[in-house]
Amino acid sequence: MTTYPGARRPDRQRTVDSSGLALAVHEWGDEAAPPVVLAHGGFDFAGTFDVFAPMLAEGGWRVVAWDHRGHGDSEHANLYSWDADVRDAVAVMDSVGRAPMPVIGHSKGGALMLQLAEAAPHRITRLVNIDGMPSPRPHPDVASRERTALMANELGGWLDYRRSTSSLARKPGTIAELAQRRGRMNPRLSPSWLEYLVTIGAREDADGWRWKIDPTLRMGGFGPWRNSWSLERLAGMDMPMLGLLGLMPEQMGWGTEPDELRPYLPPGGRLVAFADAGHFVHIEKSREVADLVLEFLA
Amino acid sequence: MILRHGRTSLALHELRGGSSASGRPLLHLHGLGERTPSSVPQQYSAWPGPVYGLDFTGHGESSVPKGGGYTCEMLMADVDAALAELGETTLVGRGLGAYVAVLVAGGRPALVRGAVLRDGPGLTGGGVMPGSPSIEYVDPSAVAAAPPDPWALVELTRDPRPPDYATSFVRQAVHFSGLAEPITVCTIGRPAWLEAVVAEPGVRVTPSVEEALRSYAVA
Repeated sequence: MTTYPGARRPDRQRTVDSSGLALAVHEWGDEAAPPVVLAHGGFDFAGTFDVFAPMLAEGGWRVVAWDHRGHGDSEHANLYSWDADVRDAVAVMDSVGRAPMPVIGHSKGGALMLQLAEAAPHRITRLVNIDGMPSPRPHPDVASRERTALMANELGGWLDYRRSTSSLARKPGTIAELAQRRGRMNPRLSPSWLEYLVTIGAREDADGWRWKIDPTLRMGGFGPWRNSWSLERLAGMDMPMLGLLGLMPEQMGWGTEPDELRPYLPPGGRLVAFADAGHFVHIEKSREVADLVLEFLA
Repeated sequence: MILRHGRTSLALHELRGGSSASGRPLLHLHGLGERTPSSVPQQYSAWPGPVYGLDFTGHGESSVPKGGGYTCEMLMADVDAALAELGETTLVGRGLGAYVAVLVAGGRPALVRGAVLRDGPGLTGGGVMPGSPSIEYVDPSAVAAAPPDPWALVELTRDPRPPDYATSFVRQAVHFSGLAEPITVCTIGRPAWLEAVVAEPGVRVTPSVEEALRSYAVA
């Protein structure tokens, strides 16, 4: 088993049923401590919190994370959608209790929590969003003729991909190879951390290691959603909110700038930007982020 | 015929063989909660080629996924699985199937030889923008009972359909299909997305499904 300094596997693991789908739930800390829910980002899994979550647990919290459907050790689904992920989050929270609790989400997980905060404000006491704040910026301005060509490639490419999904499998490789592949999406994270993640987020088959994530999931995509809808939601929040931004640009990040976001912050909202960290700010600066979060939750 | 789309089995029904070997297939896309009819709808009887119908994911004889997660984009890919089998095809869609037909016409402009939009369940969807979000619940025993999947009925009545999103697909169809009028609207109902589609160049409006199909049969 590969180890990593400060990383600790969850103290408890269990399964929660969300409308027939089995979700893997991972917990750190005393079961009798007050719960806090932790939501990972797209293409991640709860094990990416193996350094960050124990810090919160040591701060006196029962940290409850889950692998999103199709991710980590959760069941692969036929269909994936934003609303389905939010329902899964509620199923996990229900398994802890009906009393309201604080929630923390990174990237996609942070955006899911913002939607949950509007749909069920009575379930959330405080919200931490780690580099998952909506960006007010519209898509880069391209001429409409180019946009038509761009969209044609995107649509055709996505449909071609869907045609292949009934026979897809993740590519096998060594731990180092999988870590290297992931490094292309996480260029700021160290090879030793990425290799550690492989041993949790991948499984070893006879022909090598394979990421557990559903091979039918694909980055990018398209749909009718627009950022302005998420921003309006943000402005209407009444619970205390802490937003963290990693300002170093990278592929997985959303490029949200503090100044453009500030006008949309709710009255109880606080924004902290890290100039020298990227999208995975809670991994790059786990101690600082954990301290900030613990202070905010106290 | 059973097609695979990801983990879903899709039922593609041949309602009638073609009268001529060269006739292009017509593919019927049902409305929300419906399924492929058991015989060729009377309005399609003059179609020279074979007539098919596709049951969307969670409908008719197609499989029902666990835990919902429906989007119209995924139904577009359901139809594309049928196009992979049928090749060049003319689409006729009811309600939800009409909206999906517009998406497919834009997504596969070389394969969709005309899309005819008809009234039917699920034509409006969730409107031009999302309503206030809620946490939906469906009784698991209702999912197991029989299609249609209740999650489809919940989720595909709530999906936002912004007019400019729909028209971006129309423009793809107009730009890349080579057809002068790749979309024909035969509906009385005109939700905002469809009103915008009707206003686009390259979209024909006629109340007669027969007439719409006649022009695509020779196009």
